Amino acid sequence: MDKRKICVLGGGCRKCEALLAAAKEAVQNRGINADIEYITDFAVIAGYGILQTPALMVDGKVVSEGRVLRAKDIGALL
Amino acid sequence: MGTFIQEQILGMQGIRELMNRGLTALGLDTDSRIGGSILFFCYDVVKISILLCVLIFFVSYIQSFFPPQRSRRIMGRFHGIGANAVGALLGTVTPFCSCSSIPIFMGFTSAGLPLGVTFSFLISSPMVDLGSLVLLAGAFGPRVALAYVLFGLLVAVIGGTIIEHLHMEEELEDLVRNAAAPAERAESSPSVRERLSYAGEQVSFTLRKVFPYLLLGVGVGALIHNWIPAGAVETVLGSRNPLGVVLASLIGVPMYADIFGTIPVAEALLAKGALLGTVISFMMAVTTLSLPSLILLRKAVKPKLLGVFILLCTLGIIAVGYVFNGIQAVLL
Repeated sequence: MDKRKICVLGGGCRKCEALLAAAKEAVQNRGINADIEYITDFAVIAGYGILQTPALMVDGKVVSEGRVLRAKDIGALL
Repeated sequence: MGTFIQEQILGMQGIRELMNRGLTALGLDTDSRIGGSILFFCYDVVKISILLCVLIFFVSYIQSFFPPQRSRRIMGRFHGIGANAVGALLGTVTPFCSCSSIPIFMGFTSAGLPLGVTFSFLISSPMVDLGSLVLLAGAFGPRVALAYVLFGLLVAVIGGTIIEHLHMEEELEDLVRNAAAPAERAESSPSVRERLSYAGEQVSFTLRKVFPYLLLGVGVGALIHNWIPAGAVETVLGSRNPLGVVLASLIGVPMYADIFGTIPVAEALLAKGALLGTVISFMMAVTTLSLPSLILLRKAVKPKLLGVFILLCTLGIIAVGYVFNGIQAVLL
């Protein structure tokens, strides 16, 4: 199976940290082979057209914005 | 009917009665000073927590219809002061968290929205929202709530318009100026279930984030309510001090709190003889400006524009306070 690429994007606030933790948990629970990247550079974040943080990207596609998803919601997106 | 809604539904007097009986049964004299403080504290924490959960749920559900992408598109259709008014109005229904202010700022300006419109949005977003309208109606009555919203929007429109006319586009940080025009993504339309789950998420996150401030706010409120003499409050924040509004605003600006934590303090101060406008200015200052949000905004704008933004908001809030003091008799 190809390696998945997951990005959590946010300015480093509490919501963003919570989403990052949930993403890690989801990957672990499902035993998915994935790289998780945490992007805090606003230039990059805005470049993707994201207006609300935290945001989540899977394989280069923005799948969620402004939400603190739970691990099981993220699992469903993968 | 109006009194019933204000006292029983928003004020939850039934809960107060129940708690009073419970605490009395535990052997606490709720007419004493300490007992009264404890009753005030417990009742207010429960009341505001319930209001918070219900309000955030409904407000978030409504907000899920106004993602910033959509607000941005709507604002782009208007010009001149109309755009500022629409920006201020959309600021009240678009979900906003101060850590999103930078991406919002970048996304709005790079899409070609005028700077003044973006600022109208950024001023009204934390200052006025649907939740504060209901909360203020419960604490001070519908007229005060309505006036708060109207004057809050006015500050946002005027502030944004002035910034527009100062032509401060040069005062944006390179981060914002170099931002590429955003890729327009297809707007998702979530199902009712997704909206409900979003609203639930917001309730649990907001409650966890705000609860410590709520406890602090209610604690200070209880302290003022039972321990600070009315004379002292009146002297500093009442009709005897013409500069009370200025003082309350300047204290409120750097403070970081939520309207849910501020309202018990405001209520207690008003009951002790502070003027309505003075209390309103304090609440507006606390919710609109705070040190953490200003530090964040500094990443997007240069010091001069940040200074103008702070000055305009503060002056606007002070002006609103004096207007409220002037028409207090009509509003309460």
